Amino acid sequence: MSKFPFAFLDEQSKKEIRRAVLKGVAIPGYQVPFASREIPIGRGWGTGGLQITLALVGQNDVLKVIDQGSDESVNAENIKKLVQKTTGIETTIHTSEATLIQSRHRIPEVPLRSDQIMILQVPEPEPLRHVERSEFKTKQMHAEKEYSGAYLLLFEQIMRYGQTSEGADYPVYVHNRYVMNPSPIPRFDNPKIHQSDALVLFGAGREKKIYAVPPYTNVESLAFDDYPFEVEAFEGKACKATGLTNVFLDEFTDEETGETYYLCNDTSYMQEYLEQKRGI
Amino acid sequence: MHVEQPILQIRNLSKQYGEGCTNCLQPNAKLEKNFCPVCKTVFACKDVSIDLYRGEILGIVGESGSGKSTLMKSLYFDEEVTTGEGYLEDFNNGSLNIFTQSGQQKRYIRNSLLGMVYQNPMLGLKMSFSSISNIAEKQIAAGNRHVGHMVSRSNELLDQVNIPLKRSKEPPKNFSGGMQQRVQIAKALSSNPPILLLDEVTTGLDLSVQASVLDLIKTIQRELQISMIVVSHDLAVIRMLADRTIVMLNGQIIEQGLTDQILEDPQHAYTQQLVYSLL
Repeated sequence: MSKFPFAFLDEQSKKEIRRAVLKGVAIPGYQVPFASREIPIGRGWGTGGLQITLALVGQNDVLKVIDQGSDESVNAENIKKLVQKTTGIETTIHTSEATLIQSRHRIPEVPLRSDQIMILQVPEPEPLRHVERSEFKTKQMHAEKEYSGAYLLLFEQIMRYGQTSEGADYPVYVHNRYVMNPSPIPRFDNPKIHQSDALVLFGAGREKKIYAVPPYTNVESLAFDDYPFEVEAFEGKACKATGLTNVFLDEFTDEETGETYYLCNDTSYMQEYLEQKRGI
Repeated sequence: MHVEQPILQIRNLSKQYGEGCTNCLQPNAKLEKNFCPVCKTVFACKDVSIDLYRGEILGIVGESGSGKSTLMKSLYFDEEVTTGEGYLEDFNNGSLNIFTQSGQQKRYIRNSLLGMVYQNPMLGLKMSFSSISNIAEKQIAAGNRHVGHMVSRSNELLDQVNIPLKRSKEPPKNFSGGMQQRVQIAKALSSNPPILLLDEVTTGLDLSVQASVLDLIKTIQRELQISMIVVSHDLAVIRMLADRTIVMLNGQIIEQGLTDQILEDPQHAYTQQLVYSLL
């Protein structure tokens, strides 16, 4: 234990990451390069998010980590344990108790508050990467606000599938300036970043980029005039355990009966809801 | 008398690859063709001046390495010019030098006022995106955000270049060379640009396909009154398409005039050689 500094990373590294975070906050949606450190999980397993968490965590923080909407998945557990062992802070599964929330794929169903920080793990920060491979050129495109490539990707999906098929990482305009990949959260969660009470930070460890959406920033999902942005619809479907319909649902198959059923994707929210219902 | 204004004026355009040295930057420098033997700088275009009028087709001929393609790439901002000025009548009434504009302005000119068809379709198309998206790309870039409008415009263009609509959602990589070239032409036309740049569009296509592509270009020019600059090393193509012709050698214009004049009565020794080498 004592071999490691508080929060695993040395102070200089944390300072550099915090500086990148501050720059990101100052220029909403702009990808700030940073020197991604080696940490004891593989690149692509949330190293960007983890580095932000480690750089920001203080002794009084409470951490929640989610992976695929679940607090109990292996990756989420491991990240939580690493932070806990190197800082001694409390962890939680309850969104309302957490001050730092690290996540991939989801923003919790419980609305975030202004004293909370949402940290998202990002595999591919560049929304134009599929149309332009060269980083040099995409940087120029961002500088010139040239985002026809992002619209082209959506147009191609409409041509092929009759709708925008981007299930996750649906690109957004941040404060009408930078187009940003909101990490692989479903489209369902895109509106939660718009005018959010909480600070939202994005870390891409492999791609060595940090970016941010400060609280109360306009975040608009890209769309065409005749193909407006729509979130996933779960019409006629409800969570089997809670009966909720206004949440993001996961599809399951009962292996014995072959019947398809749905459950809340956000497991801690489902648990809280059930406990409240039972009056615990 | 009313004097017609050119739609595009290029003045003293030069493009060099390399820094240049005391040997080659003198007015009468000794070069090997367009190459400085001392500092290895290549002078791809030297002091090229061109006028293009509305609705005309201007041909540019010359051997490979004569600077034709560099000139076209410079006009389409694929390459940055070393020195020189360019004025477009449709851009601020021709009062601003297009080569010194900001990146954003250059993009606007490129997307809204120019169309380019490259010799190699790989350069002009996104091979794995559907053809219709390729055509819509230029419209999106020009600011269109309405899928329905873009689809109908793209289909109209595909029809114009004789590509069956049922193949519109196929990527160009599935197409033959001639079809790819026709998709490129449709893409170049999609934002209704007043000027079209065609760089060796029929090179590498077989004769019957060449004929249909040339026919298409001629029809487009007649019906849409678009000005074109056609680069080719093939004099037959130039003879068929161009009203006026410019002959380039080693990065410089050595002769220009009406196409018939150039082909029937060439003045410069190189042009004579070029014309008589035509089988």
